[in-house]
Amino acid sequence: MSQSPLLLSVDNLATHFFSQEGILEAVDGVSFDIHAGEALGIAGESGCGKSVTAQSILRIVPKNGKIVTGAISLLQNGESVDLVQLDDRGQEIREIRGGEIAMVFQEPMAAFSMVYTIGNQITEVIRLHQKCSQDEARERAIEMLQRVGMPIPEQTIDAYPFALSGGMRQRAMIAMALSCHPSLLIADEPTTAVDVTIQAQVLELMKDLQRDMGMALIVITHDLAVISELCDRVMIMYLGKDVESAPADVIFRDPKHPYTVGLLRSVPELGEGHTQELDPISGSVPSPYRRPAGCPFHPRCPEFIPDVCDVELPPQIELTGGHRVRCHLYVQD
Amino acid sequence: MWSFILRRILLMVPTLLVVSVISFAIIEAPPGDYMDSYVNALLQQQEAVDPAEIESLRKRYGLDAPTYVRYFRWLGNIMQGNLGRSLEWNQPVTKLIADRLPWSLAISVASFFLAYALAIPIGFYSATRQYSIGDYVFTLIGFIGLATPNFLLALLILWYYFVATGNVAVGLFSNEYLVAPWSFAKFIDLLKHLWLPALVVGTAGTAGLIRVMRANLLDELERPYVMVARSKGLSETKLLFKYPFRIAMNPVASTIGWTLPTLVNGELLASLVLGLPTIAPLFVGALLSQDMFLAGSVVMVLSTLTLVGTLLSDIVLAWLDPRIRGAI
Repeated sequence: MSQSPLLLSVDNLATHFFSQEGILEAVDGVSFDIHAGEALGIAGESGCGKSVTAQSILRIVPKNGKIVTGAISLLQNGESVDLVQLDDRGQEIREIRGGEIAMVFQEPMAAFSMVYTIGNQITEVIRLHQKCSQDEARERAIEMLQRVGMPIPEQTIDAYPFALSGGMRQRAMIAMALSCHPSLLIADEPTTAVDVTIQAQVLELMKDLQRDMGMALIVITHDLAVISELCDRVMIMYLGKDVESAPADVIFRDPKHPYTVGLLRSVPELGEGHTQELDPISGSVPSPYRRPAGCPFHPRCPEFIPDVCDVELPPQIELTGGHRVRCHLYVQD
Repeated sequence: MWSFILRRILLMVPTLLVVSVISFAIIEAPPGDYMDSYVNALLQQQEAVDPAEIESLRKRYGLDAPTYVRYFRWLGNIMQGNLGRSLEWNQPVTKLIADRLPWSLAISVASFFLAYALAIPIGFYSATRQYSIGDYVFTLIGFIGLATPNFLLALLILWYYFVATGNVAVGLFSNEYLVAPWSFAKFIDLLKHLWLPALVVGTAGTAGLIRVMRANLLDELERPYVMVARSKGLSETKLLFKYPFRIAMNPVASTIGWTLPTLVNGELLASLVLGLPTIAPLFVGALLSQDMFLAGSVVMVLSTLTLVGTLLSDIVLAWLDPRIRGAI
């Protein structure tokens, strides 16, 4: 894995939303790297800034949001482009969107427009990025639908999204995202809105496609099972900060940050019997408008060190084997 | 799509029947009949009234028959294209309406297009540049337009037109075209006069439509599918028109149905102030003198127009949104 080139490097990204209630620091200093063909999982509770991180990469943050600091370097045709510096309506970023980096959204019901056939919406992105005729685009769309396991793709392509089931819509969504063979696919909660049996199929499908097409993958989820299924590396986010990141097997075996430890403990395990006691993290996520000083997790942390954690933001500490953690417990002096 | 249109047309038949009952009931609602108001008019002019003559007239026009008999007689005539005779004008109703309906329609259609041609682009601008100076300016103008009564606007425009040109802008044609046969020049002359009543009638509707368009589009702009379209690399303009705009047009299109009759209502004051030979003043006169054949026919014609408007808006809606095509 380490031999493959660095595809995307996010460095100290901060995206804030400006509204009448104040400034919401949705993403506040997040750094991570993705190599070609690698799968990264970004996990955390709702509102921790996972989705906004993804939207920042594509520069499609909703209108009150703004990237305030940081750099996002994408390796494109052997050259590095800083996506933050591009005009968010310009030609360059539009060629990257859907072409180099594609995205699968959470709710397939709302993500497709109901007034055009899925074929119309898929061929649109093909024709935008690959110079080809309408007929060719249609053929490629059918091929892609076939590939994601859509039943009778020659007919389904002319179906309106409201006529399809949730699982079929999510397949169509994946087909649309992959139709231009992106080098990076961002999947924002790809299995949240579909039922459990479909979830397994969608995960299986994404795993196969990632392997076959050799693309990199960012999976955004609050479901740690999805990550263990799909990802090579994991980044845990809490209140807009990257608290810990490590190879997937390491993080499940040897979590370092108290938040990660708590997160893993709150997941029920199969085979533990029905008397298994869950151990939820105490307290709740504070309002993002009133972010705690110092380490954002300190009010809920069982290992809280007074006068340290509530004062100073912990630095990112590099442990062995690509394991990084942002916690005062691991500061060595 | 064709079966959708056919179904809608078939559904209009029972609706029209119900409308005919309601129209008839409305006309019958005030006490007395045409003969009573005729007698009143004669008495006011200090003329002698012979009760026997009135009774025989009443018999001749069938005004003495029970209500349901008169309803079916009226309906039967309408089916044959005979709308009856206006008692007040002593002319066939068909002729009276045919003389005036085209002008009403011309004003309605002109103000309709004026309203949509102004409201849709302005609403679009206001929504995509929410809280910009332009948005505030249009909002202000919109509220002023909404709040100004039609007749006041008509008077103001009349006065301004007179001050500016020295002419009195009334009627639908210049003098030289009044009796001239139809020609392109006459048509141009009509357009020159038509904008004024169209503006008067259409202002309030335009202001309302701007608000509807702006609110709809603002809602749609927040939808996930817009972000999805953006994530595919579409240019902002293309994306706006293809996705949220089309859906935002949906409620705007559904207003076509009720825009037609409101325009006819709105046309009344404008016509009275500007002295135009349209349906509305005729209708008011017929109601005042209880000229039931004329009043009833006008109600029927306006209701039919409303139904046609609804049909048109349904067809536009079905074209805009495929989900509607399957519905009745």
